Amino acid sequence: MAKWRIIGVFALLVIGAGWYITKPAPLPSDALDGLTGDPARGEIVFAAAGCASCHTSEDGPPTVLSGGQTFASDFGTFVAPNISSNPVHGVGGWSDLALASAIVRGVGENGAHLYPAFPFTSYNKAELGDIVDLIAYMRTLPASDQPNAAHDLAFPFNQRIALGPWKFLFANTDWVLQDAPTPDLIRGRYLVEALGHCAECHTPRNALGGLDKARWMGGAPHPSDEGRIPNITTAALSWSERDIAEYLKSGFTPDFDSAGGEMAEVVKNTGQLTDDDRAAIAAYLKAIPPVAE
Amino acid sequence: MSRKLNRAVAVAVAFGVAGAAFAAGHLTEDQQRAMDARQSHMELYSFNLGPIGGMVQDKIPYDATTAATAAANLAALASIDQAAYWVEGTDARIEGSRAKAEIWTDAAGYLAEKEKLAAATAALAAVAGDGLDAMKAAFGPVGQSCGSCHEAYRAPRT
Repeated sequence: MAKWRIIGVFALLVIGAGWYITKPAPLPSDALDGLTGDPARGEIVFAAAGCASCHTSEDGPPTVLSGGQTFASDFGTFVAPNISSNPVHGVGGWSDLALASAIVRGVGENGAHLYPAFPFTSYNKAELGDIVDLIAYMRTLPASDQPNAAHDLAFPFNQRIALGPWKFLFANTDWVLQDAPTPDLIRGRYLVEALGHCAECHTPRNALGGLDKARWMGGAPHPSDEGRIPNITTAALSWSERDIAEYLKSGFTPDFDSAGGEMAEVVKNTGQLTDDDRAAIAAYLKAIPPVAE
Repeated sequence: MSRKLNRAVAVAVAFGVAGAAFAAGHLTEDQQRAMDARQSHMELYSFNLGPIGGMVQDKIPYDATTAATAAANLAALASIDQAAYWVEGTDARIEGSRAKAEIWTDAAGYLAEKEKLAAATAALAAVAGDGLDAMKAAFGPVGQSCGSCHEAYRAPRT
């Protein structure tokens, strides 16, 4: 009997420790001290981070972040929430700190884990100064009164507590390209790995939905099961840096085909960046290891 | 080559031909011709975009005659009635097709995209001979038109 009691206490300790280690970890209350958001700079961050691509409605204007787009996955269907400035249905009532915690820590205003369909696993590498600028810009955008719809997920994926261990395993702030010796590569790495979250689609995932970093940007099945997202390492993409930068500007490939699907949305965002930023992204793609097809 | 081997090769070839014929047999001749025609049409866009895009991207020097000719071709291509291309049963579920079912289910939306391209290429053709800056300004909407149509109506590569 005593033995079972010891085992029971031990099990509770393990569960408790597991919960403690993996509980939602919002930003500390002083994280944004001294930072003031600049909405003009935030507009560039907004484009680089691709916010509008998921948070606008399919045919709505590009500045109304009403949510509502659905994203099929192996775990169920996610619905992008309203992140407009509406205080009831959007995030207009959230503090800057709450919004920043959601973006870089994947913790909602109510303190619960967010699903990584929202790419906080990339944004967690963003500079808080950029995030504060982004939030300042988002507050200037129109309010939408569109109510949020619930995600449609099967058990156990509908248990947000399970996201704690998931984050513990798969969400970290290490750069994949460890060696970035030039300002160009540092900027490119930041745009690709943090704000642009390119890997979320271009890198395959394991059974639990974590990115397979050994096959970074090596291409992946489309989460909707329709077609493939291409390998964009040098093993498969032979375009010059200039070709890549032009593609990110106009959507045209070197032989004047043009981007389609989700990538057409991405080009709307990268088209708003500077030529230098697009060149930095291209330089980064040439610097990462090739992944054989 | 021995006779036996010849026969084996002949049998293999015959099976190959029969197999190919069987595979192709899933599409009627009308369906296949419509798919060929519309994909060729896309190639013609791409071919005529080449010189203009090269100039816009500062890869080749601007030449007014070349630019005006290519732009006029694009405008002509975009003005062609393409309704007959969209034969039932040739959407992306068919091997070799990347045409999304929405072309059929949202025909009005698709047609609006086509009209947008016709307008953008007509505007480009009007100024392509007037200098590089004028052409660059008119080229942007053409690219955006390609992108928005591909976004909604072209399926990803498999």
